[in-house]
Amino acid sequence: MMAAALGRNLVTLVKGAGAPLWQPACARALSLTACRNVPEAPPARADSTFKVTMVPGDGVGPELMTAVKEVFKAGDVPVEFEEFHLSEVQHMDSEAKLDEVLASMKTNRVAMKGKIHTPMEFKGELASFEMKLRRKLDLFANVVHVKSLPGYSTRHNNLDMVVIREQTEGEYSSLEHESVPGVIECLKIITRVKSRRIAKFAFDYATKNGRSKVTAVHKANIMKLGDGLFLQSCAEIAELYPKIKYENIIIDNCCMQLVQNPYQFDVLVMPNLYGNIIDNLAAGLVGGAGVVPGESYSGEYAVFETGARHPFAQAVGRNIANPTAMLLSAANMLRHLNLEYHANMVSEAVKRVIKQGKVRTKDLGGYAATDEFVAAVVSKLRFRPGH
Amino acid sequence: MAGNAWRSTIFNLLERYGLWIGDKGKTNEVSRVMGAMRSQTPQPRNFTRGMQTVTLIPGDGIGPEISSAVVKIFEAAKAPIQWEERNVTAIKGPGGKWMIPPEAKESMDRCKIGLKGPLKTPIAAGHPSMNLLLRKTFDLYANVRPCVSIEGYKTPYTDVNLVTIRENTEGEYSGIEHLIVDGVVQSIKLITEDASRRIAEYAFEYARNNNRNSVTAVHKANIMRMSDGLFLRKCREVAENFKDIKFTEMYLDTVCLNMVQDPSKFDVLVMPNLYGDILSDLCAGLIGGLGVTPSGNIGANGVAIFESVHGTAPDIAGLDLANPTALLLSAVMMLRHMGLHGYAQKIESACFDTIRDKKVLTGDLGGNSKCSDFTSEICRRVIDMD
Repeated sequence: MMAAALGRNLVTLVKGAGAPLWQPACARALSLTACRNVPEAPPARADSTFKVTMVPGDGVGPELMTAVKEVFKAGDVPVEFEEFHLSEVQHMDSEAKLDEVLASMKTNRVAMKGKIHTPMEFKGELASFEMKLRRKLDLFANVVHVKSLPGYSTRHNNLDMVVIREQTEGEYSSLEHESVPGVIECLKIITRVKSRRIAKFAFDYATKNGRSKVTAVHKANIMKLGDGLFLQSCAEIAELYPKIKYENIIIDNCCMQLVQNPYQFDVLVMPNLYGNIIDNLAAGLVGGAGVVPGESYSGEYAVFETGARHPFAQAVGRNIANPTAMLLSAANMLRHLNLEYHANMVSEAVKRVIKQGKVRTKDLGGYAATDEFVAAVVSKLRFRPGH
Repeated sequence: MAGNAWRSTIFNLLERYGLWIGDKGKTNEVSRVMGAMRSQTPQPRNFTRGMQTVTLIPGDGIGPEISSAVVKIFEAAKAPIQWEERNVTAIKGPGGKWMIPPEAKESMDRCKIGLKGPLKTPIAAGHPSMNLLLRKTFDLYANVRPCVSIEGYKTPYTDVNLVTIRENTEGEYSGIEHLIVDGVVQSIKLITEDASRRIAEYAFEYARNNNRNSVTAVHKANIMRMSDGLFLRKCREVAENFKDIKFTEMYLDTVCLNMVQDPSKFDVLVMPNLYGDILSDLCAGLIGGLGVTPSGNIGANGVAIFESVHGTAPDIAGLDLANPTALLLSAVMMLRHMGLHGYAQKIESACFDTIRDKKVLTGDLGGNSKCSDFTSEICRRVIDMD
């Protein structure tokens, strides 16, 4: 379906005559010859647009989504959002709303999502909306590509690794009970089927993206059965991929190695809770929650979000949130939709702004507000990659 | 929290203009960290002319070397400690229960204080790890690890000064697991009211005794609403009784995110077992690894075992290459716990001075000296101080 849409794009493009044309295959050549120093005319519009479900979530989510929408509008990106406000803390937590989102997801298959805040107070319901969404759509794999941003220097530079997390079982099974007053049992479930599935996903990802090593993260020395099963599943799958190196590491050692020598890791695969820890830790290494994009996949659906998922509620309305992560995530979504040109346009613009270092949000040590950053990105949109 | 950063900035400025003698400030800072463990009434111990007896468990691999290094340095400092060496290996008691040898248990029960080198856990030997067994035998419920940046040993992080306090008896490490059907495993994480309250109380008491300003409870109560919720509730209740200490609560993931960006934000952290395991190693990584991180385990009835948490390093065992710093700093923690602050201060600053001067260092610290050279250098400094 996507290929067909792209095909149609091309046809429109070829038909449209006159103004400097854009064609994906020769984008670079054109930009060098035809339009040097001249403001370019926008690429001819595709006659069909992609529909994408959007759940802004809580905290700064809506602000980040506004940034995405603004950039998409300025870049003439052929994507149309179907917006749903879903929240557990703003009295919008009806099951009906959840069903609407699910219905929209089922037709669109692609979504952008902010963090839906989970209140801590226990009100009889153990599963949060986040978890319900993940479970109902079976979004089993969370992928966070942790990559240092050129131009923004942290304690560890030139990092490039991928954290893959199982996110439908493990500690997040929401099975808890009070056996006697004052004693609570919390169940962690590990199954062979899901462990093998995430292991296979990780090795497929490594193969597809030309990566050479997969490391399984576990605590099988303590949880001999549970994490043992996960580890065994990973080892079994690893045998099917002889070209990719397979290693395993204990979670506490992994965290220690990450702050001492993070360069030894390539692709990391792990159960749910450890993934939550490593995602955030690794995001912290390259600049924090505001700069690392992430995505979740099931067999059919893809959800694009930030890598470290925090509502960042204390920043609401203060115009200080860093939209970098969400914009990069939006670019990844465009790539997923086969809109390669627009994807590069957005991600290059963001990276260029960061690299120049003039306009930076507070979390990166700058003084710019969110909208100033977005404006800077918009102004860079017309520069083509490699120009 | 932010105060720390400010203070170090001011110190740096003063130092630059020669208005502050850096060393003085630094030693204060450091001794603040590995302070007394608990201000409880001293337990009755065996006194022989002011000497106190401590059970020494040298451990396996490099354990004997680093233990003898510590003993030597203690002799040089004339610390009033006499050692009672005991070996521990798991033995099967009546009824098929694994236990530690009775003479080791008897010694610990009498001395109350122990110093322990690394112990190896044979894989598939059929018995639980010795560390776990010791923990269970003496009900060592709190694991305390102060992490302070060591001047002269360079890591990407310079301003680390925090303490992790970990609940050590329950949680994910309850060891209750079963196979429900083939391919489905259920592990049980156990959180109890009593253990949660006990660790929270300990954390606040530790903060108060060591002039620390804040305690942060690390949890995941948004996901594990009942179990971590209970832990958090107990922390809040205890915080009510310690109005002088600031109490904050943070999600585990937020702590990890902030920890690698700015560790100076944190002071005392208290948490359940698994999170503590992960975070304490992460913090050790910030200051240079397990080779320089001390650790103490506090149990019921006044028992305390101080230990180095690194491995047995069988590849360099017996080659005189091991680094005794972690065990030495643990022994310093022990001295403070016993109220021998003068000796603790002396040994600690000798050790940090040696590392700062970078002349005699073991291989893992970036030098090429032997363990024995490193030890005698510290001994020399200790003697010079008198």
